[in-house]
Order: sequence, then structure tokens, then C-alpha cells
Amino acid sequence: MKPLINSLPETVFTTKVDDLLNWGRASSQWYMLFGLACCAIELMQTGGPRADLDRFGAVPRATPRQSDLMIVAGTLTYKMAKRTKLLYDQMPDPKYVISMGSCSNCGGLFQLAYSVCKGVDKIIPVDVYVPGCPPRPEALTEGLLRIQDKMMRERWLVKAKAPSPAEVAE
Amino acid sequence: MDAKELYASLEKLFPGMVGNFKGEAMEPCLNVDSAAIIEICRFLRSSPGYRFEVLSDLTALDWPKEEKIQVVYHLFSYAQNHQIVLKVDLPRDNPKIATVEEIWKVANWFEREVYDLFGVIFEGHTDLRRIMLPEDWVGFPLRKDYVEQEEYDGISTQRAPLVEKLLR
Repeated sequence: MKPLINSLPETVFTTKVDDLLNWGRASSQWYMLFGLACCAIELMQTGGPRADLDRFGAVPRATPRQSDLMIVAGTLTYKMAKRTKLLYDQMPDPKYVISMGSCSNCGGLFQLAYSVCKGVDKIIPVDVYVPGCPPRPEALTEGLLRIQDKMMRERWLVKAKAPSPAEVAE
Repeated sequence: MDAKELYASLEKLFPGMVGNFKGEAMEPCLNVDSAAIIEICRFLRSSPGYRFEVLSDLTALDWPKEEKIQVVYHLFSYAQNHQIVLKVDLPRDNPKIATVEEIWKVANWFEREVYDLFGVIFEGHTDLRRIMLPEDWVGFPLRKDYVEQEEYDGISTQRAPLVEKLLR
């Protein structure tokens, strides 16, 4: 068999369709503008010119309907928890959640308070937890890269086949 | 204004209704009987010698051992640059007091806050609802005997296992 190298015109490359799709998704994660407390300042800093989340294709969107990623940045109260659930439900699939900072991880410094939700994972599924109080922009960027890794591992065209009833019976 | 002088005139005008004066404190304070709060506040606001036209804060304290809830009024006068603190003791099992909304309009939100967190009923208030906590909240969280619910609206209030252990 002829080797593939040098056998194709230079404008053509080969890849798996899944990889192409995932590469596109991972390089354009639009995150929702959603700051709850002091972590939001660090989130803005991460989007700013120094840490520059833009170079990973991540840009803030002001509506959940256009967002792929929710960064829960700050102390989550019970009153806000209900709204957070609503916003999460409004995001189109596939969607991802980063829990940023101690407060949204577990309630953090304020977990003994009566009004603070003990972690955002009590209401919505979380993909990546970023520890810190608040996490530095580098840490949040790392969290975004972990989400990218997770996206790249997903498969869309070939899903795991569910066993047929006959197979289950055996 | 001299706080001692103010106390003396209050004692003269409202005998038996004021007491426990502390003039040495940074913010001079005195206790007021709950029945006379409206008249005393109206006097302090309108009297030309005092002119307390600002209610800068209205808050409360819970004293479970003494079976009382104390409502605290911080009055301030911009015109004369002086201040006074009024304290009213209420029974803990049935804390009720007349609203000062008609004297200082800002009391509307202050009193809603105190109602929200301490459960003090302000009689005559135009809109006594919770102001910060959700409407369906159970209990008054700044009372010392407040017990946290198992869950709020389907969200568990359980903490991380290590913290739960430390709390016990």
C-alpha cells in the first residue's frame, strides 16, 4: 500500500469527524456572564488582557441561550440557587459547568450561614471544581483547559450501543 | 447638645418611660418603654433643640437568657451634628412594637429587615413582609434558638462530612 504521506494535495488533511467536531467545540467555549460575588472580579480579570481567556476562543455571552459553559463564580445563596438552576436549564446541550472558588464548591467561608447554599453541586452537575478563595486567573484558565480535555474525549458519531433485549435475557 | 441634658428633659416630659442612661459611651444611649416610643421619637424629631431628622439605623438584639428582644434606634441630626441611641426591650415570646414609619419613612425597610431576621412585629407597618430572605423561609435566623431546616426548596442544607463532624 502506498504511504499516505506526500500522497495528498497540500490543502487536504485527514482526521476523525469526532475529533474535528470536538476541536471546534473546545476552541469556542462561550461562557455565560455570571458573577455572584468576589470571584466575579477574578473572572473578569481572567477574561481581561493579562490572562486573556479569548485566546482559547472563550468569550462571555450575556445570555444562557448562547452559552456552552457556566462558570459559577462566587457565593451562592439559596435565593440565587433557584435562579442558577433556571439559568442552567435554559442553556442548550451540550453544556458544562465550572464551579469556581471555595464558596461555590462547598459554601466555603460562609457555609455555616443560614442563607448560603452548601455547594453548587447540590443543584446542578459540576464538571470541574476550581479551588481557591478566590482562584487566580491561572487556576481558572487551567479549569477551562480541563473542560477542553473533557470535550476532546467525547464521541458523537459512535455512541456506546445499548444491549438488545435478547442480549439482556441471555 | 449634651446627652445628659437630653435625658433630663426626656425624664421630665415622659416620666417613668425612660431609664438606664449611659452618657459616657461613645454613642450615648438610653432605654425607652415600648409604649412611649412613638411620642418620644416624634418629640426628638420635631423639637427645635434636637432635630433628629435622620434614623440612621434600626436594628435588634436577641437576649435569650433575659427573655427579651431589644430593638435599637440610632438617631442622628445633620443640623446639629449629634446623635443618640434608643433601646426598647420587648418580651421574647411576643415581640410587638409600634412602627415609626410615619416619623422617618426609611423605617419601612429597616423594620422589614428586623421582622425578617428577628420576627419582631411592627404594628401599623404598611407592608410588613420579608425583605431579604425568600418569602417561603421558615423561622427567623438571627434568633439564638434558630434551628436550620433539613432542606430549603428541595436543596439539602447538609455540609461536607468533616464540617458536620466539627459542628457536633
